[in-house]
Amino acid sequence: MSAPQPQGGPVARVLGLLGRSRELTLVALMLVMGALVTLGAPQFISVSNLNQVTAMAAIIAIAAVGEALTVMTKNIDLSVESTIGLVAFLVGVILREHDLPVPAAWLVGVGVGLLLGIANGAVITIFRIPSIVVTLGTLSIFRGVVFILAGGKEVNLVDLPPGYADLATDSVLGVPVFVIVAVVIVAAVGLLLWKTKFGRQIYAVGSNEEAAAIMGIRSRTVTFTVFAMCGALGGVAGVMWGIYFGTIYATSASGLVLQIVAAVVVGGVTISGGAGTVVGAALGALFLALINNALLVLQLPQELLQAIYGAVILVAVSADALLSQRQRRLAAREARR
Amino acid sequence: MTTARLQLTGISKRFAATAALADVSLELLAGEIHALVGENGAGKSTLVKVIAGVHQPDAGEIRLDGELITVPNPAAARERGIAVVHQEPRLFPDLSVAENIFLIAPPTDRFHTISWGEMRRRAAELFEQLDVRIDVAAPVRGLSMADQQLIEIAKALAIEARVLILDEPTASLSSHEVERLFTIVRRTSERGVAVLFVSHRLDEVFELCDRATVFRDGRYVTTAPTSELTTASLVRFMVGREVSLFPKEATTVGAPILEVRNLSDASGFRDVSFTVRAGEILGLAGLVGAGRTEIARVLFGIEPRTAGEVLLDGRPVEFRSPSEALRAGVAYVPEDRHQDGLVLDFSITNNITLPILGRLFPRLFLRARTEVEVATQFSERLRVRMTGVDQAVKALSGGNQQKVVIAKWLAARPRVLILDEPTRGVDIGAKVEVHRIVSELAASGLAIIMISSDLPEVLAMSDRILVLHEGRISEEIPRADATEERVMFAATGQRVQAPAGTGASSVH
Amino acid sequence: MTASSQSPARPAVRLGALARWETLLVILLVGLIAAGARMSPFFISGGNFANLTSSVMEIAIMALPMTLVIIMADIDLSVESMVGLAGAVLGTLVVAGVPLPLAIPVVLAVGALGGLLNGLLVTRAGLPSLVVTLGTLALFRGLANVLLGPTVISVWPDWFTSFGFGTIDGSPIPFTLVVFLVLVVVFWAVAHATWIGRQVFAIGKNAAASRYSGVRVNSMRNWMFVITGMIASLAGIILVARFSSARNDNGTGMTLTVVTVVLLGGVDINGGKGSIPGVVLAVFVLALLQNILRLAGVSSEFQGIAVGLLLVFSVIVPQLARQTRGAVDRARRSRRPPAGPIASGEVTA
Repeated sequence: MSAPQPQGGPVARVLGLLGRSRELTLVALMLVMGALVTLGAPQFISVSNLNQVTAMAAIIAIAAVGEALTVMTKNIDLSVESTIGLVAFLVGVILREHDLPVPAAWLVGVGVGLLLGIANGAVITIFRIPSIVVTLGTLSIFRGVVFILAGGKEVNLVDLPPGYADLATDSVLGVPVFVIVAVVIVAAVGLLLWKTKFGRQIYAVGSNEEAAAIMGIRSRTVTFTVFAMCGALGGVAGVMWGIYFGTIYATSASGLVLQIVAAVVVGGVTISGGAGTVVGAALGALFLALINNALLVLQLPQELLQAIYGAVILVAVSADALLSQRQRRLAAREARR
Repeated sequence: MTTARLQLTGISKRFAATAALADVSLELLAGEIHALVGENGAGKSTLVKVIAGVHQPDAGEIRLDGELITVPNPAAARERGIAVVHQEPRLFPDLSVAENIFLIAPPTDRFHTISWGEMRRRAAELFEQLDVRIDVAAPVRGLSMADQQLIEIAKALAIEARVLILDEPTASLSSHEVERLFTIVRRTSERGVAVLFVSHRLDEVFELCDRATVFRDGRYVTTAPTSELTTASLVRFMVGREVSLFPKEATTVGAPILEVRNLSDASGFRDVSFTVRAGEILGLAGLVGAGRTEIARVLFGIEPRTAGEVLLDGRPVEFRSPSEALRAGVAYVPEDRHQDGLVLDFSITNNITLPILGRLFPRLFLRARTEVEVATQFSERLRVRMTGVDQAVKALSGGNQQKVVIAKWLAARPRVLILDEPTRGVDIGAKVEVHRIVSELAASGLAIIMISSDLPEVLAMSDRILVLHEGRISEEIPRADATEERVMFAATGQRVQAPAGTGASSVH
Repeated sequence: MTASSQSPARPAVRLGALARWETLLVILLVGLIAAGARMSPFFISGGNFANLTSSVMEIAIMALPMTLVIIMADIDLSVESMVGLAGAVLGTLVVAGVPLPLAIPVVLAVGALGGLLNGLLVTRAGLPSLVVTLGTLALFRGLANVLLGPTVISVWPDWFTSFGFGTIDGSPIPFTLVVFLVLVVVFWAVAHATWIGRQVFAIGKNAAASRYSGVRVNSMRNWMFVITGMIASLAGIILVARFSSARNDNGTGMTLTVVTVVLLGGVDINGGKGSIPGVVLAVFVLALLQNILRLAGVSSEFQGIAVGLLLVFSVIVPQLARQTRGAVDRARRSRRPPAGPIASGEVTA
């Protein structure tokens, strides 16, 4: 029960706490799952396996943070997977064909991601077109640009500077670099949401746009900024994707948006806007990566993965709906007391 | 004499062809509670919106503490210390109570970022001043309407408002909650805030307010201390003339059609029983939130009931959807015409035939001529003023829109017709016409339930009046004994000992 | 939509605008045909016609139910995965020795069931169709993956594959076009000539008022998802027949094209507006455009850009028109001198 008054035994109270905090629920689920998987396949808990899991989880988590921002404002960005693919490919091409230092190439990649996000945000806010339509369009437009860029060729690991792909598994004081990057980004965006006026305006716009307008909040500016941020974070994820895989195809990261949106939804960011945290979205990404890895180490068929993702999305949103329905009913009862 | 806290002079505002406000003035003093009263359409809400920066006046000036100001938008109003509490609180359900209060100007710490501890401390302080206990860290979603209104008042205190406007704040509160609200409003005005209290509940005006200003048809009528007014004189100022409402024709009341026995729903009303007969109009009076609309929604199959039974022509029925209710012959004219009553983009024809498409065209295929014939027949019978039945209903006036809603239900040939605030937002001329139509419908043998907050209307139209108070029937008053006073008393949970004829009824 | 209730209605003008949108599509069609004819002498030939139409028929038939879904202010993103799942089920059944004429109805039933899952989650659980169908987009594709794995099933009876890409003897009319045209007639009739269609539009414009008028809103929405799922599985069968192969990635990316065609056809993404003839015109615009791009040597991968641009523009253009018309209206209203009777209640209502 998520009733305001604590009732029932200790078990009920723990469940109530979990029901209210999606972050805690996910951590608990992951611990249980980790324990079970380790029983079946002890190599799950090995350092090299965990590094593998966290590197991919970090990429998805960063993209999910951006996606979460758009969902919090009651929007959605379906094009982020094409942004990731485009930036990954572009950075590869730059490193292959130009004599640019690596960090500069990365900067260009993130900048291009930002530009793509700005393009989305501009069309959505200037023409007041639903974000789902715009980003469904740019999903294939951005991907088309990758095809033009690729011209039928892929970027291979040998084209890149020596040792480039090692960055994905490098670590500082035992912590993988990718994880550090993800944690820094989650912390920074989390602080922005929690501690600044602009961050709170993101929630306000998603929670009640009419009230936000009356309060003098410029919801279009907020929406625009959020899409720009989502693009830039997609750019960061794209750069990391390129480092992680080394070999990049024109179709790289196709279909990834499902996993990103799933991470956001599973992480407790409600699709109706106004609620959720980026920590939740990042934990959602880790949760999905763990499922993926668990299938691998338990030698279960990988084909199950997509079906599981779909089921996880449906279960998560249904749970949200049930919880909020119960909340509404409680509220109605409260109002009549 | 001191300068007024807020002084409005010669304010006019037009919407297209309609003058909502014509040269009105209003003066609010610091520390007073000032009532703004008037009938529906008197211009109260428009004036509130002008002060709040939602509308810009076409003419006139606004002075705050003697200084000439403009209020280009709601944010500017807030910056100048003008706080508005709307009938429906406009809060962010996902954010906490404290954050809703301090969203625009949150307290910051030394890093110039939001200090949550400080915010919660200050919010708690505000509620302490109001003597209200509320968890400031909890999200607003799930709080009662009354609590949400208190948050709006706390918002006003937080910006140290000089002017506090309460727009029909008691509409959805229980009497206990109203008492608490009044205490808080008094406490606020004692701090020197000028309070404007917009209401159509005269008992509240006399209980709470020092002075009252009356508007009628968008014009200023008078301002007077409430101590010098009586209910009767106030009503006369509001109505301004002897209104000739269309009284119900005497009809022979037939057999019982709808019987309701011990009906309850989840939250709105409990243990309600009544009978409506053919040719009879049963008035449902009571304050907003007393459970009147909830009863209608259960009878029409929108909400489920939790106890009791409903008999139609002596047979028990239970509708799980409006379509089932309609098929059985129960029709409902909802309170919110735009939201629930009409498809605004549709033509008059398409709106009128929407509930009866299956009956008109059992073979699925539409026939334009049949539809136009039906629509013409019923819209002419109700004298809808239109360019033609193919006109979109959103182009019609409120009164004509309401006639289309009723036409729609007539075409469905119901046995029971439930009308929820049938003349709200309708001008006087159209109102009389709607009354004539409803009266004719009763004469033709329909059983009619009329929910209305408009007391003269209830008194003029009803054969019997059922008064609800906090979800229960507090009194059933036959037409002969009905006075405004008696209905009002019953609606607030009291009873008049001897039926007095001293009510301020302007009905004849 | 509170905005729409504020602007005064002029139905004549609105009808005109709708007619103009379809006229625009016709002009676009004629222009594309002219351009194609100049590019290649083979453009105006029976063979090319058969080629260009049959290449979009899966999209075309899915656009019909999708039109009604979007008019009801819902959306179904899962159709492309249902195409894949239908192929996977068909392939699995045939490999298991089930004769095709028996397998096909089973596949259609699977499509209807998938649609029912969407519909129930939307209407019973009250979830937004966008998220539900995003979930089933993954779920259905996942089930296809589970059923087929990396296997490609490419052995099919001749009659089946010739249905996929063959034409009616002695004419350039593909069999699949006949299927499409039959469906067009059915959907056109339902949408514009029966009261079911009237209720569909009413739900899209104002679901609450429709419910209060006795329209069984949730049941209608539910049925529409079921029909969409079933038609998507039919498209899946046609796709298998046309390429004579069932793979787990059949249909990937199709949802975008289907939605694009519907919006290009003049259907409002917010619901309540649109027409089947407009969508049929849009289908042929898309077919011609793809054909011309192919003739111009643009590879199919780039055509994604064209479809994406088409989608964005088909939404921007009417929106721009609406915004300028709104601005013109406002300007006109502010110039008109105030007049008329004093005070009616509606202003404050």
